[in-house]
Order: sequence, then C-alpha cells, then structure tokens
Amino acid sequence: MNFYLILSLILFCIGIVGLITRKNMIILLMCIELMLNAVNLLLVSFSAFYKQSDPQIFVFFIIVVAAAEATIGLSIIIMAFRNNKSTDISLFNQLKG
Amino acid sequence: MMTIELLKYILGGMTIASALLVILSKHPVRSVLYLVLTFFMISGHYILLNAQFLAIVNIIVYAGAIMVLFLFVLMLLNLNEKENPRKNDYISLISVLSGGALFLVILSVLKEGLHLQELPQMSSVGLVEELGNLLFTKYVLPFEISSILFLSAMVGALLLARKDKKTNEHL
Repeated sequence: MNFYLILSLILFCIGIVGLITRKNMIILLMCIELMLNAVNLLLVSFSAFYKQSDPQIFVFFIIVVAAAEATIGLSIIIMAFRNNKSTDISLFNQLKG
Repeated sequence: MMTIELLKYILGGMTIASALLVILSKHPVRSVLYLVLTFFMISGHYILLNAQFLAIVNIIVYAGAIMVLFLFVLMLLNLNEKENPRKNDYISLISVLSGGALFLVILSVLKEGLHLQELPQMSSVGLVEELGNLLFTKYVLPFEISSILFLSAMVGALLLARKDKKTNEHL
C-alpha cells in the first residue's frame, strides 16, 4: 500500500510540475493524461488491497472520459494552430470574453 | 515472493524516471514516446496488482489509441522550425517548489493510509468475468451514458477541426 500511494503521488506531482513548466499545448494535454494515469494506479492498488472490483470499473470509466477529452482537446489545438501557426499556450491571452 | 517485491521496486523506479523524461525532454515527439513507455510501465504495475483486464485495456486504449492520436496530430502540425519555447528559470523553480509542496501536503493527509494492511483472502477481483458482471448489472447506466458521451465527443471533434470556408477567408 505504502509503495503505491507514494508512487502515484509522485506521478501526479510530476504531471502538475509539467503542467506549470511547459508551454506547448500538446505536452500540457499529455501531462493531464499522466495525472489521470496516476489516479488510475491508485484506484487499482486500492482495489487490490480491499479485494473489491468497483474501483476497477471506475478506472474503466476514467479511461473512457480521457479518450473523449483527448479528441476534443486535440481538435481545439488543431483549430488554434490553424488560426495562429503556433501551439503556444500563452496564445490564449488574446481571448476576449 | 522476494522477486515480485524486487520487480515492483525496479518497475516503480523506471516509471518515475520515464515520467520525468516526459516533462524534461526538449522535443515533443520524444515526450510522446516516453509517455507511451510510462503507460507500459503502469500496465506492468496493473499485472503485479492482479488486474489483468485493465492492464490489457490500458495498453490497447492508452498506448495504442490515444498516444497514436497524439503522435498523429504532432506530425500533422509539424512544429519543427521553432522548437518549444521554454518559460524562464524563475517559473520552473516556482513550479518545482509548488509541486514539492503539494506532494508534502497530500503525503501528510495520507499518513494514516500508509499503514494499511492487505486483506488476506484470495478473490477473483480483476478477472474479466467479475468485471463484466459488475459492468452490466450495477454500472449499466453509466456504461450506456458513456456511449452518448462518445457520440457527442465525436460530433464535437468533427465540428471543431473542420475547415470552415467562411472563417478562413478573412484570415
């Protein structure tokens, strides 16, 4: 238990550091996937330690939502690239609500 | 038993190393490939935790489908000319500090969980039969709703990424 709690915590924090540090939108989306996977690992380890199947179903649904999120995010990135010829995240400073 | 413990720690170290390489490597394509490696390591952890079905699904869906989509978009955009601009050192120092602070805060919250003991009895958790039973009885409503989610995601992606004649004229 000890080991998997700390491992998934470290993976989650690596994802957050990458999210703050990097500027390329595609890499930001990848850091979000890394954080989702850290949560999945924690859920599976809880499922193995409490001998329950429900957390694995939740992991299944997290994978489903991550797939939908990746498609929408990538199409937004393609649209932004088509308009501005760049995938820099600071490009969204120009948005006026 | 001993070799499994050893394997767990080796795999954990390699997972952390490849996750660090994802955020440290300069080139985006290398970053994607290291992320695929990380997903394979995490599937290895799933197998060690006796969740065979999820390990296979993780490889097929994450490493196989989602990461190939990322790679495809990355090659489509062709970002070679102006490599990724870095934020300055000040921001990266702050981000490492805040990530470390978050790590310590969550660790202090989870302190009690560190002493959890594994329940002794054996079970069929993680096998396809058990998961399928649960998915089509207790969780059948979320399962059906996720199909609607996929349909809307598909339509949304088509709408967003479509080349629009009218908007392209004045750009």
